[in-house]
Amino acid sequence: MRNKSGFLILFMLLAATALSAQVAKPRKGTFALTNATIETITNGAQKGTLLIQNGKIAAMGASVTIPAGAETFDCSGLTIYPGMIDGGSSVGLSEVSSISLTVDNDEIGDITPQMEALTAVNPNGAAIPVTRVSGVTTTLVVPQNGLLPGTAALINLVGYTPDQMYAGAKVMAMNFPSAGRRGFFDQRSEEDIKKEVERNQKAMNEVFDQAALFARIDSAAQKDPSLKKDFNPEMQALAKVVRGELPLMIEVNSAEDIKAAIKWVAERKLKRVIFSGVAEGWRVAEEIAKAGIPVITGPVLALPTRASDPYDAPYANPGLMHKAGVKVALRTSSAENARRLPYNAGFAAAYGMGREAALRAVTIVPAQIFGVDKEMGSLEVGKDATLFVSTGDPFETKTLIKYLFIDGYLVPIDSRHIQLYNEFLNRATGVEK
Amino acid sequence: MKNSLLLLPLLLLGVWGFAQSKTGSILLKNGTVLTVTKGTLQNTDVLIVNGKFTQIGKNIVAPAGTKVVDVTGKYVMPGIIDAHSHIAIDAVNEGTAPVTSEVWVGDALDPLDISIYRALAGGITSVHTMHGSANAIGGQCETIKLRYGAYNPEDLRMEGAPRTIKFALGENPMRSHGEGRGIQPRTRMGVEQVIRKAFADARDYDAAWAKYNAEKAANPRALQPVYNRRLETVADILKGNIIVHCHSYRADEIYMLLNVCRDFGVKKLCFQHVNEGFKVAPELAAFGAGASVFADWWAYKFEVYYSTAYNAAILTRNGVVTSINSDDAELMRHLYHEAAKSQHFGGLSDDEALALITINPAKQLGVENRIGSIEVGKEGDVAVFDQHPLSVYAIPQLTIVDGIIRFDRQNDKKDMRLEVDPAQPIPAFNMENYEHVDRCMQGTEDLWYYLFENEKH
Repeated sequence: MRNKSGFLILFMLLAATALSAQVAKPRKGTFALTNATIETITNGAQKGTLLIQNGKIAAMGASVTIPAGAETFDCSGLTIYPGMIDGGSSVGLSEVSSISLTVDNDEIGDITPQMEALTAVNPNGAAIPVTRVSGVTTTLVVPQNGLLPGTAALINLVGYTPDQMYAGAKVMAMNFPSAGRRGFFDQRSEEDIKKEVERNQKAMNEVFDQAALFARIDSAAQKDPSLKKDFNPEMQALAKVVRGELPLMIEVNSAEDIKAAIKWVAERKLKRVIFSGVAEGWRVAEEIAKAGIPVITGPVLALPTRASDPYDAPYANPGLMHKAGVKVALRTSSAENARRLPYNAGFAAAYGMGREAALRAVTIVPAQIFGVDKEMGSLEVGKDATLFVSTGDPFETKTLIKYLFIDGYLVPIDSRHIQLYNEFLNRATGVEK
Repeated sequence: MKNSLLLLPLLLLGVWGFAQSKTGSILLKNGTVLTVTKGTLQNTDVLIVNGKFTQIGKNIVAPAGTKVVDVTGKYVMPGIIDAHSHIAIDAVNEGTAPVTSEVWVGDALDPLDISIYRALAGGITSVHTMHGSANAIGGQCETIKLRYGAYNPEDLRMEGAPRTIKFALGENPMRSHGEGRGIQPRTRMGVEQVIRKAFADARDYDAAWAKYNAEKAANPRALQPVYNRRLETVADILKGNIIVHCHSYRADEIYMLLNVCRDFGVKKLCFQHVNEGFKVAPELAAFGAGASVFADWWAYKFEVYYSTAYNAAILTRNGVVTSINSDDAELMRHLYHEAAKSQHFGGLSDDEALALITINPAKQLGVENRIGSIEVGKEGDVAVFDQHPLSVYAIPQLTIVDGIIRFDRQNDKKDMRLEVDPAQPIPAFNMENYEHVDRCMQGTEDLWYYLFENEKH
């Protein structure tokens, strides 16, 4: 009898182990990554140990004392990099892009700055594990379309609620009225496009005038509680931009639009501005550099914007802007393809940006642009333990990610793509019935 | 404006000489030659004479007058083949009926498409340019060579390449006809029956002609059947004269078509996209059907939600002849990089990965005896890279089609249009293809507009 129950307990234990092995979850702990090459980004490459404790990089270098009870990972022959940051995506906002009911980045209305991307992030979206196992740990999720589609949020790709995922930075998204076409299905006439641009520019100026006025009234109301305040979420959100509390990220792509946007930003005396997209930045790189506006560009793997352009213009664009002195970060502007960020960076590197600048463009530079460079973007003691261990250069296609840590969590190298591989590589049943 | 008007005849003149001949001779000296089928040869010369590989080896002496290019330190691979594209054609979809086998994209070739040059700049030399996927049985496709510079559409054709036709399963034909027009197919059940009916009708049609042909000599009053190009084409499929290339995603619909083809004796079959091919890889292998897949595209529609980027590796390991295609003018610019993803997702060897974009698509198009590897006797299509083509840092340097250099990074003129519209010296800015759209549905824009634009605003 005793034996029997002993077996039962043993069986249950084994079953529990098997079960927990099946459902690997992110977990916290004290982790020592030993014998590694450490690509710090900001202080060159080092050899030694990286210690993760309480979610932070606790120590780093050749003479790190490993605390008792730490879980040790031998990283001989492997390299540690800070997690890559995608400067603009829809990861978690868009599940299946052709099915509108699964797409949460595009609310009705032209001026909806109060829309919060963070609210609609699905922490269990299938693309989240798919993206992070490629070393992309952090991403700015951006609302789309209309003049002011909403507030973008920086998230880490781990967590069960949007707040757990939130990585401490928000920016107001704006689409600068564009004179370009949206794609092959855009059949508007030149005249219609021009009219629409003028209409949109007028609307843009009106809304920013209103926001400035609202901010003044709002400031006065804070001093005098007797002043009645209307519920005005649009203006409340935009007032943060007017006051410089929230950066304004302006999507702008054609050369003419970029020049117009630079002029508009100066006229409006906007302080914290980021340009996103910037597909033709190479045409006006000097102007962007002179304006001192940082840029989040991409995808790099894209077609030239004009039939007459050099075939490699999109590949060369980040490098040309970088060389002109523009602060350049990269993005995929995608949901399910955000895992291609390292490859976009690889192409930018090959076509003129160079590997070092390209690496910075997916780590420390976006962290600086979003104002979170004290927490992430490089490997430094005290920063968040958001990093990965790879077999080599993360841009190189065949490189594999061995271990992944996001915000101190050890994240399993697992995703639906990997699960399907494991199930179907050698399918249990053959072709017989 | 004036300048560009003056430039126009010069530009035309410049490319004219370039377009005169369809084959050339060239000697590539001292490269690392990735033959794909016969291993990797270090410090090796490759000689192409009149468009064919004539010698591969050391210290080859070229016939007098042959152009010689030193490729020391560079990588020479077979010209890349894209088994699924829609470039170089003016029309993609004849989306007016569930069966439109009478149409042929070869009637709509556009040699001026700038996408041809952009593809050459990615090492591509041959392309299977296809009808779209609006119909269960779509139009016939065309295998072309990227002879950019030619003005005659005829010069693009790969002469003598087998005929191919586009089939389509799943959401696209269901949306175009069932949802869009209220006729079958609206379901995957309907798709099967549309194809079965077309096959059965074609069999009857062919029998009627056979009967007529047999009796017309003896019986002058024998009634000639009405000629029907739609059924004539499907009958050619049943006779094995046309290779079926079928747009497909889900495992069940792939399995369905295997059964339909088996019932009608259709053996030449290659699935396109085939995102869930990995689920029925043993069945595909047993049938002998090919699979032409994306490296890692998924989740852009529901039927590709349960995809895996390990698809190419699983199919390869199960013995399916597998290729990686683009279906997209952007993606086709870096198929060598797409092939490299099979090393990240599934650990394929260099030769296995390169086969996905060379000899395997050649097999799927029935031209494996002519292109797809560097072997003496084959056609002189070559891509030269500065680094190993499976490296993300590799930059295509030289693309040669039939022994003629069609892309040379050193002599890239920046503006490589063949045709300049004098009224529009600088073409309008166009952010095409910033996000993935299903190129297979090109030509159904009204429907697209209805489905996406109106819905959003």
